[in-house]
Amino acid sequence: MGIPYSYSFRNLWTRRLTTLLTASGMGLVVFVFAATLMLAEGLQQTLVATGSPDNVMVLRKSSNSEVQSAVERDQAALIESQPEVAVGPDGKPLLAKELVVLINLKKRAGDKPANVVIRGVSAASLELRPAVHLKEGRMPRPGSVEVIAGESIARRFKGCGLGETLRFGMRDWRVVGVFDAGATGFSSEIWGDSDQMMQAFRRQVYSSVIFRMRNSSQFEPFKARVEGDPRLTVEAKRETRYYLDQSESMARFLRILGMVLTVVFSIGAVIGATITMYAAVANRVGEIGTLRALGFQRVSILTAFIMEALLLGLCGGILGVGAASFMQLITISTMNWASFSELAFSFTLTFGILWKSLVFSVVMGFVGGMLPAVRAARMNIVTALRAG
Amino acid sequence: MAEPSAPIVTIRNLSKSYRRGNQVLPVLSDISFDIARGEFVALMGPSGSGKSTLLNLIAGIDSADRGSIKVGGVEITTLSESELARWRAGNVGFIFQFYNLIPVLTAFENVELPLLLTTLKRRQRRDHVEAVLSVVGLSDRMDHYPSQLSGGQQQRVAIARAIVTDPEILVADEPTGDLDRASAEEILQLMDRLVCEFKKTVIMVTHDPRAAEKAHNVRHLEKGELSEAS
Repeated sequence: MGIPYSYSFRNLWTRRLTTLLTASGMGLVVFVFAATLMLAEGLQQTLVATGSPDNVMVLRKSSNSEVQSAVERDQAALIESQPEVAVGPDGKPLLAKELVVLINLKKRAGDKPANVVIRGVSAASLELRPAVHLKEGRMPRPGSVEVIAGESIARRFKGCGLGETLRFGMRDWRVVGVFDAGATGFSSEIWGDSDQMMQAFRRQVYSSVIFRMRNSSQFEPFKARVEGDPRLTVEAKRETRYYLDQSESMARFLRILGMVLTVVFSIGAVIGATITMYAAVANRVGEIGTLRALGFQRVSILTAFIMEALLLGLCGGILGVGAASFMQLITISTMNWASFSELAFSFTLTFGILWKSLVFSVVMGFVGGMLPAVRAARMNIVTALRAG
Repeated sequence: MAEPSAPIVTIRNLSKSYRRGNQVLPVLSDISFDIARGEFVALMGPSGSGKSTLLNLIAGIDSADRGSIKVGGVEITTLSESELARWRAGNVGFIFQFYNLIPVLTAFENVELPLLLTTLKRRQRRDHVEAVLSVVGLSDRMDHYPSQLSGGQQQRVAIARAIVTDPEILVADEPTGDLDRASAEEILQLMDRLVCEFKKTVIMVTHDPRAAEKAHNVRHLEKGELSEAS
């Protein structure tokens, strides 16, 4: 058995102010690390939650998003006639032919303009998105110049609140309802009747066709068939896959940005930990000499000081993750680069981010504590006893 | 006073020098002597005479330039560093001038430290620690930290730590050097008890003639050379 862990722990506790200051520095880095991962996770979860695994999206081949896609009316009708399309209780196919357009709206705060997704929806659209619930007001009447706005849009954009009027597509649109779409991307959209929208925007084609499958396991054969059909120039994706692809580049960008920031900051934190641990070694030269004289091997001294540095790192990790967890209370909005529209999402802390952050903080402690621990372990016993 | 018997420490032609820059400073020159089992030896001499160096060499925490040191039949000058550490853990107890207790550990935990290097189970370690703390009269202070103890009490904890593994040899470097007269007397009586009652061999470096009076044998070191005084 080596030197007890309580020795390392209590030494940190004895120097609690130094420990706290060093751990705070490391905590700050862990905070940046965790927060960027939480940001990427929040973005990804919001977009992935937007999709449903039973739903299939049909887009024009090679389009990366609904904004770039165009599905001809005859092709949409052909898809509607496929046997895989589920049928609702009213006997109508659970399929929506939707139009997605971007318009520019001013934010309530600061008057800054931003792109917002306008979705022309069909009767089945709401049923296909169980996460979407009308919160206030009512649904737009078919054939009317009415829209409903996602909660996040209603709150943050001018003219989007219940009872307000929006101008786009050469018409004035009355907001007759506000819907809650939970933590999905639909919260950042405005919905209206698709036929009215197509007329207003002078569109002849839909952006996408979304339908629920009778049997989810038939997706692969369906995909192979429609993508191989010479009458169709479309590709089919599960809705969840589509939104995951949408989030991928942005999430990757956030993660890389986070890594770069973290690596730069962590150099400072590691130097801080090294200085603290060197001071710890310098203050305990006599103890090191005593322990070695009593018969503890060099490796025991090395382990005790590395353990202390790991604990220091862990303290920093707990501080950092603790602070980062409060970020979950914040909802931010940013440009979704895949659709060039505004997307609101929250920082999301997962178990994976938690352990990655703690491992990262412990690694910082290890790197910072290694040199001082080696110095402690290499001390000559007699010199250490005299110095102490 | 216990009667000295067969030597436990045999030193032959021991030399040690230190290097300061390009200068070589001889500390011990060709020293030979024996210490009998159960003997209480005091090493005296002026500062820089080499008495602490000699003590460190016998305790296996310093290495000789030349010569032989046999302790309990083991030639310790040929042992590797890790072998020496293992040997010290089982055969030598250390008593320092400034007690050298670990401030963040309680009296109990300080005494338990050397036992962590043995194969004893937790329960057995507890029994050993309680027994030695009782020997030094500190059973009621085992949960106290060093800062909550007086100098004399700290030194008694240090003595308990030195004897907890039941080593044959105790090396003490100025054990009363930091204590008032009353506490010093208590410590010397305790060390005398360790020799008489527990048959330990004690090698003590001291400047204090009153401390040296307790020893069976006082050896003087001067300029690295040894002479027997009594």
